[in-house]
Amino acid sequence: MLTKRLIACFDVKEGMVTKAHKFQNNIDIDTAENIARRIYRDQIDEVIFYDITASSEKRKIDLGTVKRVAAHVFVPFTVGGGIKNLNDMYDVLKAGAEKISIDSMAVRNPGIIREGAAAFGRQCIVLSMQVKRVAKTPRIPSGYEIAIDGARVFTGMDAVEWAKRGEDLGAGEICVNSIDRDGTHSGYDIEITSLISDNVNIPVIASGGAGNPGHVAEVFLKTGASAAIISSMLYSPAIGRNYSVKEVKEKLMECGIPVRPWIQDYSV
Amino acid sequence: MIGIIDYKAGNAPSVLNALHRLGVPSSLVSSPDGLRAAAGIILPGVGSAKATMDSLKDMGFIDALEERVLKQGIPFLGICVGFQVLFEHSDEGDVDCLGWMPGEVKKYPEDMVRVPQMGWNEVKFVRRHAILSSLNDSEFFYFVNSYYVIPRDENIVLAKTRYGIEFCSMAAYKNMCAAQFHVEKSGAVGLKVLRNFAWMAGGKHC
Repeated sequence: MLTKRLIACFDVKEGMVTKAHKFQNNIDIDTAENIARRIYRDQIDEVIFYDITASSEKRKIDLGTVKRVAAHVFVPFTVGGGIKNLNDMYDVLKAGAEKISIDSMAVRNPGIIREGAAAFGRQCIVLSMQVKRVAKTPRIPSGYEIAIDGARVFTGMDAVEWAKRGEDLGAGEICVNSIDRDGTHSGYDIEITSLISDNVNIPVIASGGAGNPGHVAEVFLKTGASAAIISSMLYSPAIGRNYSVKEVKEKLMECGIPVRPWIQDYSV
Repeated sequence: MIGIIDYKAGNAPSVLNALHRLGVPSSLVSSPDGLRAAAGIILPGVGSAKATMDSLKDMGFIDALEERVLKQGIPFLGICVGFQVLFEHSDEGDVDCLGWMPGEVKKYPEDMVRVPQMGWNEVKFVRRHAILSSLNDSEFFYFVNSYYVIPRDENIVLAKTRYGIEFCSMAAYKNMCAAQFHVEKSGAVGLKVLRNFAWMAGGKHC
């Protein structure tokens, strides 16, 4: 049967992996290339790389770093940040990525989801969304609002409606990033992850808030998420204890959650 | 040299990266002439069967591929959509495909499973083959697909996997092998499959 995926997520600025708290106060960890090499050997299932400054600085994605990371990562590799059109997507795929994550740009121009899916297949397009818990209103019936531009701008869009629309437009996956939980190490937002996974038939990735392997088990046990992003617990110095991918998988197996088994000899 | 067919929507660079990591001489091939020097050919794939067939036709690859693979019998590996287009017909875009393997391509039942299938799934091998050297009876590989192949000849099935239904995740016929999963993105086990293919094509001297 299909196993649940663990995805390591890097926020990268000028080739360096950084870690934020609620989208602010970034600290540098190591080069993207070094982290990628390490996490691949650690048997992560998948890797996402956000070129976090590309969008706000209105410049193109850092293709050199994409290429260097791709040379070390023989598991699926998603790139996001600063992608504006089909040419940008093509460049990123040619640099060695499998998937493209679009977020703020998809809100501004939802047609890019359809265009990307038509050109490269829907499996290539990850619709990433920044969600924040708000009061339920007729306009936002789920009680979760979509934000863009590093959680700085609120759109008035309902998160569940946007997820359904994204699926209709051709997204192959939806990544639900909780602004409230980002960097807090207090666990994923179960409610919105569950709501969205119940309302779409494409895979959903839970993101934001994982601080220990128990949080990962919880999101898989309580929601229909197909994958979970872990980052802080793997490498952030801002957290009490770091965990290896192996430790996280052991916890998941203990809870009866299907995962890709750990391999003793990962060399070829 | 392993020639990796490079068409616009494919993920040929990922396959090239993996072969480079293994130290296998390989290069991207974007015109039919480039196939002449190849000791083995890989047809990678992402995207739709129709787009892949259109690209192969537009770039003039079909005749050259049939000459090298069907007539001359050099080792061939199809990956994902590069697996599906080997069959006679795909429902994805309702397109006639290469027809090198008997059978057709259908969509997963959406009332049973999330589509696309995306992630690591168990591949159970049903017979032995050189491309499976040093692998266990079952291994986990990375899948990304909404469609799956239904071979008409059970003898070509090399592996099976479950996703709502049981489907053929790998096939082998004459000099051709093909996998529904992404060997280039399946960690160390996937790299082993690529290494085995390279050996079939002559190894480091291919």
